[in-house]
Amino acid sequence: MMAAVGEYVEAPAVPAAVTQRHQAVGFAVMVAFFSVMPFFVYPIFLMKALCFALFACAFNLLIGYVGLLSFGHAVFLGSAGYVSAHTAKVWGWPPELAILGGAVVAGALGVAIGFLSIRSKGIYFANITLALAQMVYFFCVQAKFTGGEDGIQAVPRGMMFGLFDLRNSLTLYFVVLAIFAGGFLLTYRAIHSPFGQVLKAIRENEPRAVSLGYRPEHYKLIAFVLSATLSGLAGGTKAIVFQLASLADVHWTMSGEVVLMTLLGGLGTVFGPVVGALTLVMLEHYLVQLGAWVTIIQGAIFVVCVLTFRRGIVGELARALKKPL
Amino acid sequence: MGKTSFVALLALCLMTGTAQAQISDGVIKIGVLNDQSGPYADITGPGSVVAARMAVEDFGATAKGMKVEIVFADHQNKPDVGSQIARQWYDAEKVDLIIDVPTSSIALAINQIAREKNKAFIVSGAATSDLTGKACSPNTIHWTYDTWALANGTGTAVVRTGGDTWFFLTADYAFGHALERDVEAVVQKSGGRVVGKVRHPFPTSDFSSFLLQAQASKAKIIGLANAGADTINAIKQGAEFGIAKGGQQFAGLLVFISDVHALGLEKAQGLVLTESFYWDQNDRTRAWSKRFAERHRGAMPTMVQAGVYSAVTHYLKAIDSLKGDDGPKVITRMKELPTDDPVFGKGTVRVDGRKVHPMYLFEVKKPAESKGPWDYYKLRATIPADQAFRPLDQGDCSLVKK
Amino acid sequence: MFGIPPQALFGQLLIGLINGSFYALLSLGLAVIFGLLNIINFAHGAQYMMGAFAAYFLLQYAGLGYGWALLIAPVIIGLLGMALERVTLKRLYHLDHLYGLLLTFGVALIIQGVFRYEFGSSGLPYPIPRALEGGKNLGFMFLPNYRAWVIVLSLVVCFGTWLVIERTRLGAYLRAATENPTLVRAFGINVPRMITLTYGFGVGLAALAGVLAAPIYQVNPLMGGDLIIVVFAVVVIGGMGSILGSIITGFTLGLVEGLTKVFYPEASNTVIFVIMAIVLLVRPTGLFGRAS
Repeated sequence: MMAAVGEYVEAPAVPAAVTQRHQAVGFAVMVAFFSVMPFFVYPIFLMKALCFALFACAFNLLIGYVGLLSFGHAVFLGSAGYVSAHTAKVWGWPPELAILGGAVVAGALGVAIGFLSIRSKGIYFANITLALAQMVYFFCVQAKFTGGEDGIQAVPRGMMFGLFDLRNSLTLYFVVLAIFAGGFLLTYRAIHSPFGQVLKAIRENEPRAVSLGYRPEHYKLIAFVLSATLSGLAGGTKAIVFQLASLADVHWTMSGEVVLMTLLGGLGTVFGPVVGALTLVMLEHYLVQLGAWVTIIQGAIFVVCVLTFRRGIVGELARALKKPL
Repeated sequence: MGKTSFVALLALCLMTGTAQAQISDGVIKIGVLNDQSGPYADITGPGSVVAARMAVEDFGATAKGMKVEIVFADHQNKPDVGSQIARQWYDAEKVDLIIDVPTSSIALAINQIAREKNKAFIVSGAATSDLTGKACSPNTIHWTYDTWALANGTGTAVVRTGGDTWFFLTADYAFGHALERDVEAVVQKSGGRVVGKVRHPFPTSDFSSFLLQAQASKAKIIGLANAGADTINAIKQGAEFGIAKGGQQFAGLLVFISDVHALGLEKAQGLVLTESFYWDQNDRTRAWSKRFAERHRGAMPTMVQAGVYSAVTHYLKAIDSLKGDDGPKVITRMKELPTDDPVFGKGTVRVDGRKVHPMYLFEVKKPAESKGPWDYYKLRATIPADQAFRPLDQGDCSLVKK
Repeated sequence: MFGIPPQALFGQLLIGLINGSFYALLSLGLAVIFGLLNIINFAHGAQYMMGAFAAYFLLQYAGLGYGWALLIAPVIIGLLGMALERVTLKRLYHLDHLYGLLLTFGVALIIQGVFRYEFGSSGLPYPIPRALEGGKNLGFMFLPNYRAWVIVLSLVVCFGTWLVIERTRLGAYLRAATENPTLVRAFGINVPRMITLTYGFGVGLAALAGVLAAPIYQVNPLMGGDLIIVVFAVVVIGGMGSILGSIITGFTLGLVEGLTKVFYPEASNTVIFVIMAIVLLVRPTGLFGRAS
């Protein structure tokens, strides 16, 4: 019997209240860590890590808890980026509305793509998401408003809620941290709710879930749209932070990167995607002089993770501590 | 020692001390940002870093008491990677000058960032003429070439030598469109005609279908409004499909000597292109290029790499004269001083940030005409510096007083 | 017709057929590997690239020309593929297919990174073999001899492979081994070895396509990159288990792409994905695919 992707990152059997306490501690540690870091490390770098962490959390929702590998998830990140950039720069929207607009559009795209792909499973699902993503990529290359290869540049940071001047790196940082924390809590809530339980049931034994009266396609679609919307939230935020929206964010190699982050961190763990994203962003940063070596090392991480490290960093940590993380 | 000498010595120390204090943190930090491992690595890449180092050494920076540090990074042709590195360099790592930056979209992004952070930016690798046009900035100089110069050089000169009907093979992205548009305008102004065009996806590896359309058009000249691997593939497959035998000629609108090297003379012969530098032009360029090649795996410098050498030399000259490295002030000084180096010879930097020097129309030699590796070009025409670049008043640059 | 003369149309269709040959050959390798082994070989594009480089090295350092390269390169790269299978893929058979995909994706990144680091990205020249130079003027277009050779060789190899797998005993063993390895092993057939050899064969096919491509596309480390997802689309449309499906789809898609290049050239990279999306919606396991 083949193990499904992410399946054996199963939490050991502890009462729900205990689980929640461990994870609440984990959450507090994470927030504390990120609150302190900008005073030691360049904030823009940390914000990049946070945006990708949110993206990876959204992606993890789909692969870790629903068991679906989407190979085109970059389109949600990138299209939201374009929408946020355009609304902020050309229509003059304030940043909170620009980012929300991006997330909403990504969600709508998620409905369309999800509806078309949900009926497939496994490798077919991966392929159809890839195909649809390529079409979106083509649209982004051709459409006038995206600026093609140049992308949308000089996106204004603006004033959040009319109060916070986002041109100040530190203010922007804490806003981004708040957005990340919000998105993270939302995925957490989704997983640890009755909705999440049904998803788990569907992943483990779909026919039985059907026999109990659940409609798997509905649940999968909802999870897909949620994942897409949160990816959009990450994309919109990223566009405001870097003041740029470009084709790189909708390209299929970006979809590959988020898979890597989640795999490295730990599929189906709560904190895995955050750790994976942070690790990968750090790696790319420190190897920036080495060009091709970044690809080689990413490939090596994939290989090592798949062969011997399938639980990922957080998964292994969880097993060692015997606590669900 | 006597009191006078002591005072003199003290004064000397204080003066040099003060001079150093005006250079931020006592170090002139130059960041070479380009594509180190992707499609443009041979055009810019590690070679530009070599060129920058040579410039610092040849200038005698250490002897003059200037501490110069060179860092480099790979922007992988991605605007987000490039702008992030630029921000980090300017903000957190005290880089004073960013130089090179191929890929126009990244250059435009950094142009903006340099302005915000009040630092210096010199572009050698990117082509967009907007850098000295509507995007011009008091913090930026565009050094080696631009789309206008290429369009003007290749377009006008080719039409003048009889290539008056054109078919465009254009890469379907912003840069390709811009190049096509600029050359089309020049061709029509010189009395030529554009009989057809086709846009191919970027990037493409198989051009057979597009070449067939070019052949059917019977245009004398097939203009390649693309770059890098696309250009190389188009030319290579053109040879296969007998383009030259059919009496048509390729005009490479953005071709570098490294591309010709990758193609080989067998395939590239007869190709017409415009560059601002060729290693075998005169004794000074030959001597410099040989020294470069020794440090760069035997490969001769491209115009972009030569441009980095020339720009860094002039930058250091300006700092030496100014005794400070404040971004816009150095750039202004660079516009005031005339340039002179073994690579481009004498030249100037205009008020809109455009470095001017002559451009050259080259034709690729036939294999029989070449005496050895890298002996690839014969000179077809020289466009003098005052005609090679877009006239000051046509650029829509806010720095130019009307 | 349609605003372009019929002669020009034939020329474009012929070009489409030539490109289709590459798609067919590459997707054949992928289909063999997936159809028989249930492995999704994302490293196929990188192995194609290695085939082209092998041809270049054989010429440069051993003075062995194109003809030798056609025979030797697939064998060398095939052997490397077998080593990869033995060392890594073997350990993943009890898991979800997707891990195989992720592993080969990682391997592809490594291979491409290493080659890019060593050889840069401008590419290396490889000459068209003298015997195949020149071309014939067919009236509606000038057809280079080499391109005609590409079609011929692809058809021969594709048909030959299909024949072996569907019509010979060896092929029967292979197909049986995928469906019920324990039973086949009980007959005394070394199933793991067959699997390794089959993977090697599929990889060899990719390398053969690489040698075929070397004289007309630049030999460069990025050549497999974007090609792999197109070939994936071909295999998926044809039906992931079906050898015949991928061959037919490969040639057909080449034709479709060729037509797109005439009427809407900017979309020629994307039309295959549009078709894939449509096919998957209508027939989720592909045109000739077996229901899984």
